[in-house]
Amino acid sequence: MRGVRIALGTLAVAGTATLLSACGSSGSSHAITLYSGQHVQTTAALVHAFETSTGIAVNVRSADEDTLATQISTEGGNSPADVFYTENSPALEYLQAKNLLSPVAPGTLAKVPAKYSSPQGRWVGVSARVSVIIYNPSKISAPQLPTGVTQLADPAYQGKLAIAPSETDFQPVVAAVDRADGQKATVAWLKGVASNASGRDYPDNETVVNEVNRGSAALGVIDQYYWYRIRDEIGATNMHAKIVFFAPHDPGYVTDVSGAGILKSSGHQADAQKFLAFLVSPEAQKIIATSASYEYPLLPGVAARGGQVPLAALQPNAVSVADLGDGQTAVNLLRQAGLL
Amino acid sequence: MAPVAGERAQAPHDVAVAARRRAPSWILLILSLMVVVVLAAPLIFLLIEVRDANWTTVWHLIWRPLTWMLLWNTIRLTVVVTILCAIIGTLAAWCVECTDLPFRRVWAVLVVIPFAIPDFVIAFGWASLSTRVQGFQGAVLVMTLAVYPLVYLPVAASLRAADPGQEEAARSLGLGRLQTFVRVTLRQARAAILGGSLVVTLLILAEYGAFEILGFRTFTTQIFIELQQSFSVAGAAGLSLVLVALGVIVLLGDVVVQGRGRVVRTGAFAQRATRRHALGAWRLPVLAAFAALVVLALGVPVGSSIYWMFARQGVGIAGASLASAGANTAVYSGSAALFATAMALPVALYAVRYGGRTARILERGTFLVLAVPGVVIALALSYFTERYAGGFGYQSAALLVVAYAILFFPLALVGVRASVTYAPVGLEEAARSLGSGRLAVFRRVTLPLVGPGLAAAFCLVFLAALTELTATLLLIPTGAQTLSTQFWAYEKNLSYGQAAPFALVIIAVAAIPSYVIARYFDRLPARATRSK
Repeated sequence: MRGVRIALGTLAVAGTATLLSACGSSGSSHAITLYSGQHVQTTAALVHAFETSTGIAVNVRSADEDTLATQISTEGGNSPADVFYTENSPALEYLQAKNLLSPVAPGTLAKVPAKYSSPQGRWVGVSARVSVIIYNPSKISAPQLPTGVTQLADPAYQGKLAIAPSETDFQPVVAAVDRADGQKATVAWLKGVASNASGRDYPDNETVVNEVNRGSAALGVIDQYYWYRIRDEIGATNMHAKIVFFAPHDPGYVTDVSGAGILKSSGHQADAQKFLAFLVSPEAQKIIATSASYEYPLLPGVAARGGQVPLAALQPNAVSVADLGDGQTAVNLLRQAGLL
Repeated sequence: MAPVAGERAQAPHDVAVAARRRAPSWILLILSLMVVVVLAAPLIFLLIEVRDANWTTVWHLIWRPLTWMLLWNTIRLTVVVTILCAIIGTLAAWCVECTDLPFRRVWAVLVVIPFAIPDFVIAFGWASLSTRVQGFQGAVLVMTLAVYPLVYLPVAASLRAADPGQEEAARSLGLGRLQTFVRVTLRQARAAILGGSLVVTLLILAEYGAFEILGFRTFTTQIFIELQQSFSVAGAAGLSLVLVALGVIVLLGDVVVQGRGRVVRTGAFAQRATRRHALGAWRLPVLAAFAALVVLALGVPVGSSIYWMFARQGVGIAGASLASAGANTAVYSGSAALFATAMALPVALYAVRYGGRTARILERGTFLVLAVPGVVIALALSYFTERYAGGFGYQSAALLVVAYAILFFPLALVGVRASVTYAPVGLEEAARSLGSGRLAVFRRVTLPLVGPGLAAAFCLVFLAALTELTATLLLIPTGAQTLSTQFWAYEKNLSYGQAAPFALVIIAVAAIPSYVIARYFDRLPARATRSK
């Protein structure tokens, strides 16, 4: 008992000390707070390089970007966040629509092709992924694969398809089909997809990759970088699944944009602008290009990692970040089809 | 610790005390009410959010086809896991406490530790080894292994304190072994079994991390999807209210079931040694069952963590971040455990000593927070600090500690209540009449009597806070990490090799309080350690 009492006493003292110090510390003048939904390790590498080159300290808060967006909107004018960095555009579009983001410096926006940033100029595109078909050659041969995403609702793929409808990555595909065929056709298509994927409706893309790789599903739709990341995790010899693009400009062939914006409520606008400018600088883009996350850097001239088809050579569908918006149209369609 | 969850398990002495219930202490009442107000904050937040949102939107969100699937998933999982936990927990407790099971002291510690392993680590252990552990069966397996100790602990304690005379009487009157077990032993442990099952039921309602990994959809995972897909706090609040309603139904059911049946202890409140049941031919099968339980609940997560740690070549272990995350975890969880135990003390004292029906309802009502997902409680605290305190204390360690204390208050209450029942008010009155001051009485009489129970309450909350993730992600001071947030960051990126060391450290840190709890129960009066 004595041991416990001493332990309790120590904890009480240590706890009080931490609580007090936590209340008292409020950063130096040159420090910004970054809310990040991006890959934790890549973000850490970017932040380290930024701190070294500018001397501005960055406090990083990592969590799911959507939870962070909800949190920022709850925080309102008091938000401690200066910069918000996400894997997907809808969370940024959501805050932009709520008028919580500042305009990004024109020089920063000019660095990357305009189609990857907010048309209103409130957030800048930093990196991108592209959607592909993943398939297991022992379960389905390449000629049997669909060339268009709408074929995924064909009865031919009954029981063979794996999807992760609750992933934000799936929303641009839905938005592209909606843009091409309209809402009614999209819901009908999604219902066909749901029926073909019955029992293989997974919580995330990682599971889709694993299930296709071990042959429990024949094919699925993912963003290309999951294939590379999982190959690195399990080793190339254990990677049986392959990836292939849909036909050029098909609604299934879309880019997913990761971006960053500055909070209007931020008291460190200038430093925050410096951070955004850094994210699209050659130095940062090379960090992204060589990181374990396998995303496409958006700065022209910086190549992606691992022998991937160069970004400029991709032929994706024309659906835009503005078409996708905060993703609610796609979410509603998914709901009508019973997938959410 | 006989009346762990059983208000009705009264010694004659307590009955006498209850009979001359006196005017309530105002200080206790005010303190208790303050605690209840703090605990009610998340519920008030839910109501505000739903009221501010468009009612019809929230209504449509609740009344859609998917809701029935979620309801069905949530209910069948809760029912099956609760029943399995009740069976496993009770049988394991009976074997450890009442039979001549070999190595019982070792088992007593080993079967408790799984509670301290985060559910998401157990889920990760299984899911990373085989994608077959998924969906309903996967969720049943993982949750049962993660929470059965919550039944085991109170049942073990109550069997220990139960009156052995009744079993002997039953046997002497001609009842067989099995009949005695069912009609006497189980009935004695009934309050503890129900109390433990209640906590299990409510915890499963709010579980998130494990189901996210296993791909099983319940109301709680849908609350997250609501936040993640639609940034809809109102939608999340609407679904949370459904969870709270389920929690209320469970609590009402508990009141009804607890209401029937009475456990009475004849004879003085002193233990005497009795013979343990000889397992005889069952000895080997029972040993095998215990070994299997420990392998499944403890071996798999530990084993798979070690496997992943070494399966990945070239992955360095981030020693510095491991140490600082470990230190943060210990300080946050420790402070939360102190705070929650302190909060539970006045409520337990009030409920036990002066409690009428209202006090009991309020006390049981506090269990509802268990059914509210951590992220919702975190959003509630964000809302109140931002809206009414100008952001003061927001994302401070203090607020995180408060969040933990709210989340796990019921666990503290279970422990504190049991020990308060051991401190009859008569002893305090005697001390007062002999001239001691209030403070001195508290220090010299009350505290020593309730101390061990407080330590158990502390450890329960500490273990639970150690593994908390969703509220932590929102409220932790920016830049700080805990073991579970680091684990989450790596696991989410499929860096199993880097996630594994954090899982192992969580298990190692958790083993200490588990040992303390097991030892605490060992201090209670026990049956003779040897059978004839």
